[in-house]
Amino acid sequence: MRRWMTRWTVVAGLLLACSAHALTSEEALGMAVGESDARIEALAKAVAHGDDKTAAYLQALADDAVKVAASKVLVVKDGQGLDPVSGQAMEVPADAEDVMLNNRLRGEIDTALAALKLFSSELSLRQQAALALLKEPDASRVPVLEKALASEKDAKVLALVRQALAAAQLGHADAAQRLVAAKTLAGSTQPEVLLLLNQQLTNEADPAVQSALKLAVAKVQDSLRWGERLGQLFTGASLGSILLLVALGLAITYGLMGVINMAHGELMMIGAYATYLVQVAFRQYLPGAFDLYLLAAVPVSFAVSALVGALLERSILKHLYGRPLETLLATWGISLILMQAVRSLFGAQNVGVENPAWMSGSVQLMSNLQLPWNRIIIIGFAAAVLLGMALMIGKTRLGLFVRGVTQNRPMASCMGVNTTRIDTYAFALGSGIAGLAGCALSQVGNVGPDLGQSYIVDAFMVVVLGGVGQLAGTVYAALGLGLVNKLLEGWTGAVLAKIAVLVFIIVFIQKRPQGIFAMKGRSAEA
Amino acid sequence: MMNRRGNLKALATAAALAAGSLTFSVQALAADTIKVGVLHSLSGTMAISETVLKDTVLMAIDEINAKGGVLGKKLEPVVVDPASNWPLFAEKTKQLLGQDKVSVIFGCWTSVSRKSVLPVVEEMNGLLFYPVQYEGEELSKNVFYTGAAPNQQAIPAVDYLMSKEGGAAKRWVLLGTDYVYPRTTNKILRAYLKSKGVKESDIDEKYTPFGHSDYQTIVADIKKFSAGGKTAVVSTINGDSNVPFYKELGNAGLKAKDVPVVAFSVGEEELRGVDTKPLVGHLAAWNYFMSIKNPANDEFIKKWSAYAKAKNIAGHKDKPLTNDPMEATYIGINMWKQAVEKAKTTDVDAVIKAMAGQTFKAPSGITSKMDEKNHHLHKSVFIGEIKADGQFNVVWKTPGPVKAKPWSPFIAGNEGKPDEPVKK
Repeated sequence: MRRWMTRWTVVAGLLLACSAHALTSEEALGMAVGESDARIEALAKAVAHGDDKTAAYLQALADDAVKVAASKVLVVKDGQGLDPVSGQAMEVPADAEDVMLNNRLRGEIDTALAALKLFSSELSLRQQAALALLKEPDASRVPVLEKALASEKDAKVLALVRQALAAAQLGHADAAQRLVAAKTLAGSTQPEVLLLLNQQLTNEADPAVQSALKLAVAKVQDSLRWGERLGQLFTGASLGSILLLVALGLAITYGLMGVINMAHGELMMIGAYATYLVQVAFRQYLPGAFDLYLLAAVPVSFAVSALVGALLERSILKHLYGRPLETLLATWGISLILMQAVRSLFGAQNVGVENPAWMSGSVQLMSNLQLPWNRIIIIGFAAAVLLGMALMIGKTRLGLFVRGVTQNRPMASCMGVNTTRIDTYAFALGSGIAGLAGCALSQVGNVGPDLGQSYIVDAFMVVVLGGVGQLAGTVYAALGLGLVNKLLEGWTGAVLAKIAVLVFIIVFIQKRPQGIFAMKGRSAEA
Repeated sequence: MMNRRGNLKALATAAALAAGSLTFSVQALAADTIKVGVLHSLSGTMAISETVLKDTVLMAIDEINAKGGVLGKKLEPVVVDPASNWPLFAEKTKQLLGQDKVSVIFGCWTSVSRKSVLPVVEEMNGLLFYPVQYEGEELSKNVFYTGAAPNQQAIPAVDYLMSKEGGAAKRWVLLGTDYVYPRTTNKILRAYLKSKGVKESDIDEKYTPFGHSDYQTIVADIKKFSAGGKTAVVSTINGDSNVPFYKELGNAGLKAKDVPVVAFSVGEEELRGVDTKPLVGHLAAWNYFMSIKNPANDEFIKKWSAYAKAKNIAGHKDKPLTNDPMEATYIGINMWKQAVEKAKTTDVDAVIKAMAGQTFKAPSGITSKMDEKNHHLHKSVFIGEIKADGQFNVVWKTPGPVKAKPWSPFIAGNEGKPDEPVKK
């Protein structure tokens, strides 16, 4: 409390002392070098009478664009030096050193900037500024906030400013003031407010304020509950979409064709490496269109994996149909060969696949619900692949043949279907989809020679749980496993969740060996 | 017909001769060299961290050989790949000591690999230099620990986060990969935090399996936990899981000034290929950073850059990076060389005796000293914040080298344990 008081008086005093003069080079230097406490003091001084130049300088500090040479600061943009005080261009000396910020200073500068932006003409900037001040309240900002309260016209920003003011006064010496502040903050939907309220609650002595704080905590928690639930649902759906992508290819090669394909994971790995190669090629030849590399990587990874799959089928698996044990061993051997081949070609280390800019970052839907773009896009991608595959199997001639051959091979053959060719096509299709999964996985995980190993068990789990030979079952199983896994993880931790899911599947398969959906009728394998 | 048979005969003789001279030359070579075992995972989940340590050993060997070797003999590296597979570490050690007869082994990263190697090294009286920070609770006569003990990394890092400068954290998430190092470190930290008055309910311990790649739930949980008070995260995640973890952290918008994450196993190398712009301000605690400015470090970086370019090391040839375990490896092999020269033999017991009190001008800027008794280095502690370019900006350091305490006083039963290896 005492600290709060002294700070308040210092700032108020400063406000009176130096009402209006522009940024000086001493101030700029004071903010850039020295002990943190001294720098923060210099910052408070400069902001108290801040003008546009101060704001620009603070922004440069926040962007790590300020250097110091011979006790003179300069802002460096694109290799060009600039004097922050006079605004004139100047040479960047060779011995110029970067100005260092730590987290504490970074926070102080951000809020100082926010205080200056509070009077910007742009609505979105004002809103951001009010939000930032709400998250990092400081008693020294009370006069600024009060000024904003008087001048602000927009209702939404006004509410935020009012809350920010309340947050700044939550530590006020007067209990009545604290009570008002707690009541105002109860209307907030920001998760950070919860932190402020909880912090105050641990120090609060006044019983009336205490109960108001408790009420406010409960109210804010209530308003955040939906965001939390949706967030959990989203993470489950995201894991489900990845499991779906991983299992879809296997649903064809194992589910429809009956090949116990242990090399499925390696076909994904090949898809991921194809994505990596496309990225390298784009960086080399089309650096301007780098962000589009992923779009090109989608068909390439499909084609490469499909080709490898077709080759495998033609050369080895063709001879092994109807002998599941040998297929299992052969495909396992193939998986080892593929892994070693990739290791020899690209090295044993992971390769770096970058997210394109449009897949980084996230979208803020609610104050505590922030969905990362890469996950959203992968969910969409999984849906698109599923749709494409369902249409292909259900509506095209090739799909008809595949279904015909898998359901009754001799009859299909009698009808004039070239069954060996259909087998190759179907296996290539399953492999290609594995390649697509690899392309998607490269955006969320690591790309290395043993990428496939970590997903092969999951893929089989999904297909078996969903019911062999059933596409719809695969979808339900993937999403179900994703949700259950994420719910359990929130509850028991990642290690136990994984074990629990495995136990669940074992028990389930014991009770219902045919999976969620069973094949009905004569088409079922005799 | 005759002609062909004659040809065949000639060919066979030539082959025999060639083979003979080959074995001869190998023998001749073997007599003149000192064999050095390199035991780092070159594949699997730990390859991201360990591969570069193998190259560091090879660089140091090249350097030593260029100056005439040790005791007039050249060093000959024997590189094996234990493939992030813990039992395989023990097997490869047996092979290095029993079959290849190496004089010393440089290797291991994870504590679980060191634990699996330990009985073999002790039984066969080998010598292991272990270059990575670890949890302590171990002191073997046959091992020299050139990485940090908990009091040289973990405890100072937590102290910093509790200070006003570090954000005055009140609540703690201890997040790690599920094996011995994170579990023991977190046990020590939990006891330490409690001794500083942190409540049980303000500590949350979380573990993920090796190679875990989906950190959505964990990051969401951290966000939720941080609503209860100023929170800091201590990460002992090891291996390539760090890449998805930091990607998720960046995407979820968890800013360092709100919830700082301090990592003990993440350095310059692990951050390669991660977009570090959203991670600015998150921290790491080490005894060396590439960004430290001093002549010894400038030289170390220059040597490494030249070596990486000459040997065409993937990644490093375009963007050479150095990190703490590389420095520890480099110190270790140079100290071993000095000890062999002092002992005038590569005999393990003589070298162990000669190691006590060895000093070396370390790239971290101090003169690093091997403790006279406890097989650990005296080290300075640095805390660095991640910068936008993937390097670290040192925000805090100890005034001088700190002596290692392998037996942490924060684990019950450690009182009164001797600060030197006990003979069995």
